[in-house]
Amino acid sequence: MTALLDIAELVKRFDVGNKRQLHAVDEVSFTIGRGETVGLVGESGCGKSTLVRLINRLLDPTAGSIRLGGTELADFKARTFAGNANRPRIQMVFQDAGDSLNPRYTAADAIADPIRRMKKMSGADLRRRVEQLADMTGLPRELLTRFPHQLSGGQKARVGIARAVAVEPELLILDEPTAALDVSVQVVILKLLQQLKRELGMSYLFVSHDLNVVRLLCDRVLVMYLGKIVEQGPAGELFADPKHPYTRALISAIPQAEPDKRVGRLRLPGEPRSPIDPDSTVCRFYGRCPRGEPRCSSEMPALRTLAPARQVACHFA
Amino acid sequence: MTAIPALAVEDLSVEFRTRSGTVKVLDHVGFHVGKGETVALVGESGSGKSVTAFAVMGILDPAGRVTSGSAMFGGSDLLTLSERDLAEQRGRELSMIFQNPRTALNPIRRVGQQIADVLVQHGGATRNDAPQAAVEMLKKVRIPDPERRAEAYPFELSGGMCQRIMIAIALACRPALLIADEPTTGLDVTTQAVIMDLIGELAHEAGMATIFITHDLALAAEYCDRIVVMHAGHVVESAPSHALFTQPRHPYSARLLAATPGETATLADLASIPGSLPDLRRPDLPACRYSGRCDRKVDDCVRPLPQRVVGDRHIVACWNPL
Repeated sequence: MTALLDIAELVKRFDVGNKRQLHAVDEVSFTIGRGETVGLVGESGCGKSTLVRLINRLLDPTAGSIRLGGTELADFKARTFAGNANRPRIQMVFQDAGDSLNPRYTAADAIADPIRRMKKMSGADLRRRVEQLADMTGLPRELLTRFPHQLSGGQKARVGIARAVAVEPELLILDEPTAALDVSVQVVILKLLQQLKRELGMSYLFVSHDLNVVRLLCDRVLVMYLGKIVEQGPAGELFADPKHPYTRALISAIPQAEPDKRVGRLRLPGEPRSPIDPDSTVCRFYGRCPRGEPRCSSEMPALRTLAPARQVACHFA
Repeated sequence: MTAIPALAVEDLSVEFRTRSGTVKVLDHVGFHVGKGETVALVGESGSGKSVTAFAVMGILDPAGRVTSGSAMFGGSDLLTLSERDLAEQRGRELSMIFQNPRTALNPIRRVGQQIADVLVQHGGATRNDAPQAAVEMLKKVRIPDPERRAEAYPFELSGGMCQRIMIAIALACRPALLIADEPTTGLDVTTQAVIMDLIGELAHEAGMATIFITHDLALAAEYCDRIVVMHAGHVVESAPSHALFTQPRHPYSARLLAATPGETATLADLASIPGSLPDLRRPDLPACRYSGRCDRKVDDCVRPLPQRVVGDRHIVACWNPL
């Protein structure tokens, strides 16, 4: 599988005054293969959203490279990227379909907007394309004239997806696409995403809190903690045999309906360390980690390879 | 445990008057919560679970009207109490944790003061000793460095911390009944686990009855003794958590379970629920509001819903249960 997206040593720091810096994304490297679905999980504040905004070129990185199919995107300024020829290649489905749709645009307008801007299509061609996208995403054509407030949650999610795939992206970033939906609707949307990926040959970066959904959809999973990737691996292996204590805590926090399967409950005490000027010699997870030995506070563990495609950043894994 | 329920809701119906007609949001809803018991109200959006809680707490939107039923709590019917008596009960005997702690807390008042306010208003504390009691509550919900955090404003705290403040406020006066309305929505799974453990432990310690509103069946099953499944304003099934999970008897409960992603399921195994909620404004709503979506419909389904006892404390409102 050749890599579609190749992220190397990506860094984003924000100035927070008094010469202090918040390390939002800290030397992150990973790849996404063509046709692959990669899950990105981690707590709020771990830098997921910043990483996504960097890849989507809405934010400029402090350092590092973002290569999409061989093209270096990190050199383009985020401010002008909207007019860049590479813009259609990465698209995004936002978390809350209701909030991310323009309330004064009908469903058809919302889907047509990116096509009009990036593919310079208009008139009957544009209308046909919008109808085709509605069919593809299972949005009844008669709903195309409706405004977001006249659509249900599931229908809005379909509009958000249709809009994102309208310009035929190679990489689709999905930021908790089903978080606001009921389980019965969630299933339908997840199946739709799976089917679109096959039909359109896209790669997905799937950001989610819901580990059960990640497990269903993703080939590979990245676990992020305070700006760093602490573990990555194939979804099945990572869930069955997590190596990093943080991953273990995440997995043991998944609600478990069957009492006999509730084994090894691992709860994290306290709050994450401050992301402002973190000590480069201390493991980011130190203080919350159930292990936390002296070495952890004097040497930052590097992300090392345990097996092909399996990496972990812990001294004791 | 069930001999004297802490809360007994019977026959509760609620209507909302809107410009496009009267919406029959709750229809003869009934369930019991025993002392020290944790009961989950589970259902999709629009099923009426929050409205049930709001009606019991007497905080329905002015457009909403209770048209029948009772909610017996500590010898009195909450639905007929005067606003003044109800205000007296809320905060002391009855407490609620809301979905979004950031919007439920007062943004311009220090969190320690917000806890102290409740203690002074309902807990018989004086203005002098309330701040210290508030710090004690912060300790109880395991907030590190409680003296300093008591001085913080909500925006200075994380979502999980704000939720702990809400819990501290709700539990400050040792209520007999706690209603938690999706208390962990929007929180990380790790924080969710810690918060749910905390509510569970404190409830257990104080012998408090707890109603836990959620759309997450697995979460309900992990933390609750019993689950009450709601659909379109009806209670369709009520059962001990384990029974509901291993042997759901209402077709809707079974569908809901089949749609929930779990450890073993693959995407292909998950099935959506066909159809959607009926329009609750219709004057000719069917007796079973699920019948329009149901694949087990029989001729009897037009008759008023039965309350079939199918197991130990396991009741299903269906003529053709699984």
